Order: sequence, then structure tokens, then C-alpha cells
Amino acid sequence: MAKVQSLEEKFWRAMLYFASLMVIAFLIVPILIVVPLSFSGGSALRYPLEGLSLRWYGEILWTPVWQASLINSIIVASLTTIASTVLGTMAAIGLSNLKLRLSRAVYGMLLLPMVVPLIITALGIYFAFAYMGLLGSYLGLVTAHTLLAAPFVLVTVHASLQRFDWALMQAGASLGGRPVRVFLEVMLPLILPGVASGAAFAFVISFDEVVVALFIASPTTKTMPIQLFSNLKFQLTPAIVAASCIMIAISLFFAVLAEVLLPYLRRRRIKR
Amino acid sequence: MTGRRLEYLAAPLVLFNLVCFVVPILSIIFFAAHSPEFVDVFPDTSRKLNSWDQQTLPSEDVFLTFVQELDKAAQDRTLPDAARRLNYEISGYKSLLSKTGRVAQDLRPPYREAMIGIDQRWADVNYWKVAASASHRYTTLFLLTALDFKKNADGSIAYARQDERVYLATLLRTFWMAFVVTAICVSLAYPIAFLMAGASPIMARVLLALVMIPFWMSLLVRTAAWMVLLQKDGLVNQLLSGLGVIEQPIQLIFNRTAVYLALVHIMLPFAILPIFSAMRSISTDYLRAAASLGARPTRAFVEIYMPQTLPGVAAAALLVFILTIGFYITPALLGGPKDQMISYIIAQFAGQNANWGMAGALALLLIVSVAVITSMASALRMSRSKRAGR
Repeated sequence: MAKVQSLEEKFWRAMLYFASLMVIAFLIVPILIVVPLSFSGGSALRYPLEGLSLRWYGEILWTPVWQASLINSIIVASLTTIASTVLGTMAAIGLSNLKLRLSRAVYGMLLLPMVVPLIITALGIYFAFAYMGLLGSYLGLVTAHTLLAAPFVLVTVHASLQRFDWALMQAGASLGGRPVRVFLEVMLPLILPGVASGAAFAFVISFDEVVVALFIASPTTKTMPIQLFSNLKFQLTPAIVAASCIMIAISLFFAVLAEVLLPYLRRRRIKR
Repeated sequence: MTGRRLEYLAAPLVLFNLVCFVVPILSIIFFAAHSPEFVDVFPDTSRKLNSWDQQTLPSEDVFLTFVQELDKAAQDRTLPDAARRLNYEISGYKSLLSKTGRVAQDLRPPYREAMIGIDQRWADVNYWKVAASASHRYTTLFLLTALDFKKNADGSIAYARQDERVYLATLLRTFWMAFVVTAICVSLAYPIAFLMAGASPIMARVLLALVMIPFWMSLLVRTAAWMVLLQKDGLVNQLLSGLGVIEQPIQLIFNRTAVYLALVHIMLPFAILPIFSAMRSISTDYLRAAASLGARPTRAFVEIYMPQTLPGVAAAALLVFILTIGFYITPALLGGPKDQMISYIIAQFAGQNANWGMAGALALLLIVSVAVITSMASALRMSRSKRAGR
């Protein structure tokens, strides 16, 4: 269709492109400017870089405190991913079988940790864990992060269950499948994209979480964000930028997993 | 699987949520009114102070009980909690109490004169009034203080002095900052969401990826990036002095602008996504119809298209506002003392000061504000959809 654009329309088009470009630049450019500083050979955070090197990455990865915090974060985030994926998926299946009105109310309650200000959740958890003796332990960190991450799994799995045909479960059962086997062989393959993207969310939420961890972690269970936060308060160095870049790399790995790889796999399966 | 009770699969997460989230938060709020520290250590004194006339100094009998319980508390080392509770209302009370506690066992009757002999402040009725007000298990002290009110010595409630109005002022500042961030985010999100909704599938995917990359990045890392950009010898100052715009580096960090920049950067994807998904479901047929009826493009857009995007805009604004109210880390790192939000104050009370009464009272204020805003928004949406249904 041949489109004749009036001058007025052309003007607004140009404005739209300009505004969008500025917004994208605002979102991306700050990160693009800061990231290369971590590869600087010198110790000043400025351009031009004083040569390229990986020394700051080495400094982060081989300094005991930083290394320990990175390992802590990976352990806590992995365990959180497992716990919140299991709990969130179970809850999503359960809620899909509840009466609509009740299901909505429970769903709303379970999503509260997403909207309640983190400081309040942190205080509550601190108080509860002091009572239960979980302060400073890995178990405490995993429990707290599971509380924050499980709602995200619930949302993604709940969404993929909306398209699930429950008659398939009856079919599986009538063929003699035990419930767990019917779940693993019939339901799980169909809702896997939802489960997996929920799991990716869970990992990143735990890996990035600062506020609650600040309240409940001990010096030995300190996570990477806490280590970063306490260093940010004193001095900015290329090493800190390198630590940030390591965190960015890990988050983006999971982002690609959730946003690119999983949708791709799903499309391929539908085509088959 | 007929007859299997699949709905019970929700039970573990519900139970987990109740134990680690709902009950703990309710307990925190309970601390806002529950303050038994003094009563627990001075049970008999408390009972006697409750029937005291609050006009003249308490009787010798009250002094006797007080000295006995003070001596016991000093020996059992239970004094600090009670002393801290009294110190909330008059600063210096804590040291007064521990000073008297150290010599309590050497005091001889008459105890009234003996205590006044140790410190003149025991002759001041106001100190006893504070002890009397701490002699109840429940108190309105923390909630009143959180609302910037003050209980006078005569029991009347008054608005705190100008320079003492800290907490409600911080809450209002938090709202204002969240409002500014929301307004900026929504206005920046609108054009790019419109471009994405009308773009070719590939172009839309590329734009979405560019929006989602910062979305997945840790907010602490993004705050750090802004610190690197804005600090005194940071990149922005280098650029400006390199261009000859400034001679001396200017202060770009630890102020409100720095906080706004980072908050908008962090919250912008949360505004773009709901507006984009609302716009994607709006047909542009109406725009063409309006054009064929002779409407100029600007008028067609403003009068036909924009009203249809309002629900998406409202959803985005609510999300950004609610999430921004709870910010703590970003203002703490990028703002000055006058740019802190309410979460910062709550964290201080819970952390350094261990004043759980104030932390609980402020947490209650924050929760109530979030709940009121959310329910106002949903009431608005209900009335809108009702009208649309008619």
C-alpha cells in the first residue's frame, strides 16, 4: 500500500525515532562506557585506557574474600533455584486445580514478596531467623532467597499451565501411569519452558539480591553483592568494575537462556 | 488422575510463605505497639507507677521497690534493654539508670533522698513520668513518633517541632521521589513502546532485547556504573572538562539528580514492558478510520489512540511507583543525607540502633501506604471497567 505521509506525520515519525533512540542510548550507553574500564591496565577509571589487561579480573578471582563471596553466591543461587523451582511449580499446579476465586486469593498472597518493600521482608526474615537460629547460615540465605524467587517461578509456570490440557493427565493415569511418572513424562515436557525460565529468574534474583542478605549473612557466608556493596561505599577501583562485570556476565548468561534459547527450543518443538 | 487432590500441591509454598513472610512481618508490625522491656525488668515498680498520680514525686514505697528491682537488674545484667527503652523518651536516661544501678546495693533508706543524692534528676517528675509511660506493655510512642507527633509531659499530643519532623517528612519525600521517577519513566517509555508496537517483528525483537539487557542486570551493578560515571573524577566530569565546558570538576554525585538518573535507569524497563504489551493489542484501524474521516494525525493520535493506551500506562505507573517506594541501596550509594528514602531510615533503626519499635512503626506506615495505593488503583480500574461494561 502506497503511503502518502503528510508533513505533520513525518515530523512526528522523526520525533518518535529520535526519542526512542535517546531512550535506548540512556539504557545501554552507561553500561557500554563503564564495562571496558575493567580491562584497563592502569588503576585509574578513565579514558584513554592505560593498555589492556585482565589483571583486575585476576585480582577479583584470586583474592580470597572476593573468591569466597563469588563461590557463596553461586552455591546459594543454585540451591535457591532448585528449592524455588520445586516449590513454585508445585504451587502453580496446585493453584490451577483450585476453585477460581480461592486460587486468585492464594495466588495474590504468594506474589506478595514481589511487591512488599524489600526492607520490610528483610526485617521480617531477620526476626524470624534470629528466632529459628538460621542467621548467618547457608540454609538461612537459601530459605530467604527462595521466598523471594518462588513467586517468579509461580508466575511463569502458572502462565504455561493456562494452555495445558488436563485431560492428558487423566489419559496418562488411565493408561496405568503413576502420578509422578505422568507428571514427568506428560506434563513436565509441555510446561518445561515455563519451569526453565522461572528457574533462570530464580537464579538471577538470588545471585543479585543485596538487601535481605545484608541483614542475615555472616562474614563467612557473605555473598558477592554484599562484598560489592561494602566496597562501593569506600572506593571505586577497576577491580570493583571487574567484579560488576563478572556479575553482569552471569546475569546475562541466564537472560540469554530465558529469553533466547528457551523460546527457540519451544518454537522448534511446535514445528516438529 | 480424577479424585487426586492436586490442589494440595500448593500447600508447601503457602505454608512456607506464612512461616517465613506473613507471620514475621506481622510480628515486626506488632513491635510498633508492643514494648514490654521496662515492665519485664521492673514489674512491681511498673504496677505501682500505674497508680501514681503523676503530679508530685512518687512515694518512698515506689522508690524502695525501684531500688530493689534496679539492684536485681544490675546484678542479673538485664538492665540495658529497659534502660534503652527509657532513653527513647529522654536521652541521658540510660546513663542515669546504669550509674544508679551500679551503686543500688549501697543505698540506705530513706531511698528517695538517697537516690536524689546520687543524681538530682531523680527529683525531676518528668523522669518518673517517662518511667510511668514505659510501665505499660503496649505503647503509642513509636507510632506517634513515626508520624512526627510528640507526647507532651502533660500527656497531650502535639505536632513535633519543625526541626524534629523527620519520619513523616521522609515518607512524603519517598512518595515525591517515587512520583517523579514514575512520571519520567512513563513519559520516556511511551514513545519507545509505541515504536516497538508498530515495528516489524525483527525490529521489535531487537528493541525488546535492548530493553531487556539492563532489566536482567543487578541493580547494584547499575548503581555502581552510575557512581563510576558521576563521581568527582568520573567519566562525565572528564568529558565535560575535556570539552572545556568546566574548569573544575563539579559535584554530580550524592545529590537528588544522581538518584533520579539511576532510579529511572533501573525502573524504565518496568515501565516499557506493560505499555508495550498494552499497545500491541490495540489495532491501528481506528487511527486510519479517523484519518479517513479527515482528522489530522496529531488529533487522531491524541483523541483516538492515546485513550486506549491508558490502562497500560496506569499499570506501568502503578508498578514503577510501588517498586520505587521500596528503594534502599541506590539512594544510599548515590544520594546525600537529604535524598534518603524511608527504607534507609528503617534499616538504620533495625541495624545500628536496634530500635525495633521505631523500625516496626515505620514499616507499618510503609506497608499501609503501599496497600492504600494498590487498592486505590484497583478500585479505580474496577470502576473504569464497570463503566466500560455499561
